Amino acid sequence: MDLPRYPYHQSLEQRSGQPQRRPVVIVGAGPVGLTLALDLARRDVPVVVIDDSDRIGEGSRAVCWAKKTLEVFDRLGVGEAVAREGVRWQRGRVFHGEREAYAFDLLPESHHKMPAMVNLQQDQVEARLVRAVQLEQRIELRGKHELIGLEQDEEGVTLNVRTPDGLFDMRSDWVVACDGARSPTRTLLGLSFAGQVFEDRFLIADVRLAPGVRPRGLDPAKPERWFWFDPPFHRGQSVLLHAQADGLWRIDFQLGRDANVEAERDAERIKARVAAMLGTDGFELAWSSIYQFCCRRAERFRVGRVLLAGDAAHQVSPFGARGANSGVQDADNLGWKLAAVLRGEGGDGLLESYEFERLEAADDNIGHSTRATDFISPKTALSQRLRKAALDLAARTDFAKALVNSGRLSMPTEHVDSPLSTLDAEAWTGGPAPGCPALDAPLEAGGWLSERFGRGFVLLAFGWPVEADGVQLVLLPGEGLAATRYGARPGSVVLIRPDAIVAARWHRFDADAVASALARAHGRSQ
Amino acid sequence: MNKLNLTPNFGCEADAFYAELIAAQAGLSDEQAADWLARLTLILCNHIGDREVLRQAFALARESE
Repeated sequence: MDLPRYPYHQSLEQRSGQPQRRPVVIVGAGPVGLTLALDLARRDVPVVVIDDSDRIGEGSRAVCWAKKTLEVFDRLGVGEAVAREGVRWQRGRVFHGEREAYAFDLLPESHHKMPAMVNLQQDQVEARLVRAVQLEQRIELRGKHELIGLEQDEEGVTLNVRTPDGLFDMRSDWVVACDGARSPTRTLLGLSFAGQVFEDRFLIADVRLAPGVRPRGLDPAKPERWFWFDPPFHRGQSVLLHAQADGLWRIDFQLGRDANVEAERDAERIKARVAAMLGTDGFELAWSSIYQFCCRRAERFRVGRVLLAGDAAHQVSPFGARGANSGVQDADNLGWKLAAVLRGEGGDGLLESYEFERLEAADDNIGHSTRATDFISPKTALSQRLRKAALDLAARTDFAKALVNSGRLSMPTEHVDSPLSTLDAEAWTGGPAPGCPALDAPLEAGGWLSERFGRGFVLLAFGWPVEADGVQLVLLPGEGLAATRYGARPGSVVLIRPDAIVAARWHRFDADAVASALARAHGRSQ
Repeated sequence: MNKLNLTPNFGCEADAFYAELIAAQAGLSDEQAADWLARLTLILCNHIGDREVLRQAFALARESE
């Protein structure tokens, strides 16, 4: 598939030297910036996206797209395509040395529109997002616009931008930095970006198998995830094999702390490593890169009228697929809040809640990613030995299987202390509590509950209809799958935010309680 | 006879337990860490205090790879 471009054009505002005031400028046209742009446009907010390049970045980079991300994409019109084109793997195998330590099945959870995750190379996902953005009248995507200066006052932000035609100023009410781990915006704001840098180097290679090649018995038609600790073909290190679409496979080789990075970049050397691993040279090397992983985050995600999202705000190691997924969730969290503030419906507390919730999510993701990285690259002789013990015992006991960590499935963070939530006043025996992600379920009339989320606030009414202002009502049976999933009884109602997070719930409808919870969820103090 | 528990029983998420176990010996030299592990074994055996359970654990740990 040809990747779309967004070539540079001189804008009228640059030519005339008259900045046109914008509600939102997004810096960075990666998956996070593009998701946010589409989200805002669907909420009738015109957006300009600037990017210092004019094309999609090379290589596959992010691979795994988790259910929550797919649900966000679905709302923006690209989720079904990503889910369809992405690879669904079911069987994971963990090897230790020569032997298989254990295997697990990622059983598909029934009665959800979207799978737990699909694998699809990042450029394919970005291509879909770019095309959707280019079809959207409210979004202007400007290539070769590099942010070099930023100033803000009470009324807005002035962005100094460099283009092939020189420097000019843009003016915006709000700016969102989605410009990646090396975020120039974050640097211009003077924010620190502290955390842990892992000393180990990793070689990431994308390879395409020749037709009919079945390395180590792997059937390309039934993709599996393979993780090796200390394999015979790469002693003392770990190796990951993961499927991508169109016959592409992702392989991660841990290279250790003392790797000679320049020597490791040699294509012949990479091919030799891959051949030793696959036991065949029937493959083509499509792309490779050498990484050093970091877990760090910006001290703040908001400075006045400038907000940070995605890698610009937080960076994780790839184990557990939390980079792009958490970035898309940042965009999902921010879009409706920014739109509500621009419409005058949301208070400043709404943007403060963005920072509160997404800092919490970043710390959660960094914690998971750090633990996986620590397990994969033990730092002391004893931690190496304990890991060997865990892997030995994992072949024989369940408790030790639980210790083996090659990356945990990315799940959305539960914001149990969110300032936007109204706490339960009654006892609930199950279901997502306020601050937790809403759950999908099939609808009796066809379609899915998750398809109803996103436009505005939704009130789920179990058993019989109710009348409430400012919400879209979804009537569900008082008993059945959805009621069980939500811990609801006949008469229960659940208020759900536009980013599909539960805001409040009651076993009995009360219009005043709903109105009050809605005000709180809009960041208006009570 | 009491049976050795082989299901996850870490009192919290397994990953959180493991991170704490690793952090507990941070900063020790390899030699000190090996001594630490030996002391830990004795402390935990005493806490378990059930010879049958301990014998099953000794045997499981002894099983060759």
